[in-house]
Amino acid sequence: MSAAGPVGDELRARTPALAFDRVTCAFAGKTPGERYTAVADASLAVAEGEFVSVVGPTGCGKSTLLNVAAGLLAPSAGRALVEGNPLSGINARAGYMFQADALMPWRNALDNVIAGLEFRGRPRDAALARGREWLSRVGLAGFEHRYPHQLSGGMRKRVALAQMLILDPEILLMDEPFSALDIQTRQLMENELLDLWSANRKSVLFITHDLEEAIALSDRVVVLSAGPGTHPIGEFAIDLPRPRDVAEIRLSPRFVELHEAIWHVLKDEVLKGYAQGKR
Amino acid sequence: MRKASGDSRVGGAQLALWHAGILAIAFAIWYGLTTPGIVDADYANRIAFFFGRPLQVIKVVIEWFTSGKIYPHLAVTLWETLLAFAIGSVLGLGIGLWLALSPTASAVAEPYITALNAMPRVILAPIFAVWFGLGVLSKVALGVTLVFFIVFFNVYQGVKEVSPVVLANARMLGASRRQLLRSIYLPSATSWVFSSLHTSVGMAFVGAVVGEYLGSAKGVGYLILQAEGVFDINTVIAGIVVLTVFALLLDFAVTKIEARLLVWRPRAAQTEAL
Repeated sequence: MSAAGPVGDELRARTPALAFDRVTCAFAGKTPGERYTAVADASLAVAEGEFVSVVGPTGCGKSTLLNVAAGLLAPSAGRALVEGNPLSGINARAGYMFQADALMPWRNALDNVIAGLEFRGRPRDAALARGREWLSRVGLAGFEHRYPHQLSGGMRKRVALAQMLILDPEILLMDEPFSALDIQTRQLMENELLDLWSANRKSVLFITHDLEEAIALSDRVVVLSAGPGTHPIGEFAIDLPRPRDVAEIRLSPRFVELHEAIWHVLKDEVLKGYAQGKR
Repeated sequence: MRKASGDSRVGGAQLALWHAGILAIAFAIWYGLTTPGIVDADYANRIAFFFGRPLQVIKVVIEWFTSGKIYPHLAVTLWETLLAFAIGSVLGLGIGLWLALSPTASAVAEPYITALNAMPRVILAPIFAVWFGLGVLSKVALGVTLVFFIVFFNVYQGVKEVSPVVLANARMLGASRRQLLRSIYLPSATSWVFSSLHTSVGMAFVGAVVGEYLGSAKGVGYLILQAEGVFDINTVIAGIVVLTVFALLLDFAVTKIEARLLVWRPRAAQTEAL
């Protein structure tokens, strides 16, 4: 565990796809004058083509960090850098997959998938053709005209994945995208994500509270401290071979070793977060 | 679409039987109480003075339709209803969207909107008659004031309740402010407008009929007003019957339109029949 390991050196050599430069996010509290600092002085970088997972106890401000990267939230202090340039406004190079359902309920699956192309003013015929292609790529051929409420939770996530990937973003921001799914569906989706990702490597910032998911998917796992004032407290390079099968890799000895090492750091934070939650 | 129904639910045919039965019983009581010979003639005539006689009422209704006398009046009432509904909805949608998306405008307009909504708007009818005359326009104006607020509040609510996640997602997908309006706010708001469609069409109808009743030269409300002036209670009730059937037909049409436009809405316990 060290920020100055081989991964850190390599990061410094190239301009990272996405970087947080001492980001602090403070929110107004319930009473005037009160302030809640969700994220304090957090620095973190995602190299080009790297899959980074961020784990931390629940309610520690992981989503806040992601919203800063997306440009949906302006930090109180510090800045987010995209390809070395300070971010202002929506991050146009990033795709965002939300934890909650984010599909437009009044559009069918196909129209949801092509929404981004539509917003960019692409001709409708071409957009529809690409939309169908992407739907079949995520295994939903034949479901084009179903509305979100007619799809299962897993199918909706696939539509959301296609909706994001059809725009070919350079950076993928994912906020516990599979946390609402049952374990079988979840592993299927994780494998699918890895397949799609390995086809053309994007930079991924993946937020999760599930350490196993983080290790199985990532090149690097960053552990966040419990809130308030969340910041990275450790990072681990995951040297498991690819391609991986998320269900099988959990059984490998190296996985268990890494899990133990990261859990050792994460455990104290989880306990802290739990104690705060109880208060 | 089928619902898993409890054992207490009656079947379709049985339900229709109940509906018809209750109507028949009410009709029989009405007929009995107003027919000399079944009750004392003196009482029967007095009751008939206040409630009319069912056979007479039916006769008036049949006469209206066979002679064709009712059609121009019905057409006027329907036209007023549709105009009031259309204008009220468009205004409500436009102003609702505007105020919901502009915090300053909404803060400025708030007390006025509240006051106008609290005001019993039917009392505006005489003023509208002065402004717009006794023709169609004054009725439309009254209907618009009734429909506007229903649509307005629903649109306002609809915009305020747009899921922040859906909104953030659309922004991440590259939607401009105008595209957000078209692709997120408008569909969300219209779904709320459609859920209030029954109420707003009903209100447009109320506006038309009340307007006619308070002063007009045509329309079903005018027929009722005329009959009331000469204590022709049978014709008054005939008018009410025609209006009721008419309202039911409008409601039925709305249900059909709604089912077609809101296919994306989830419904409870939905399975498809095989």
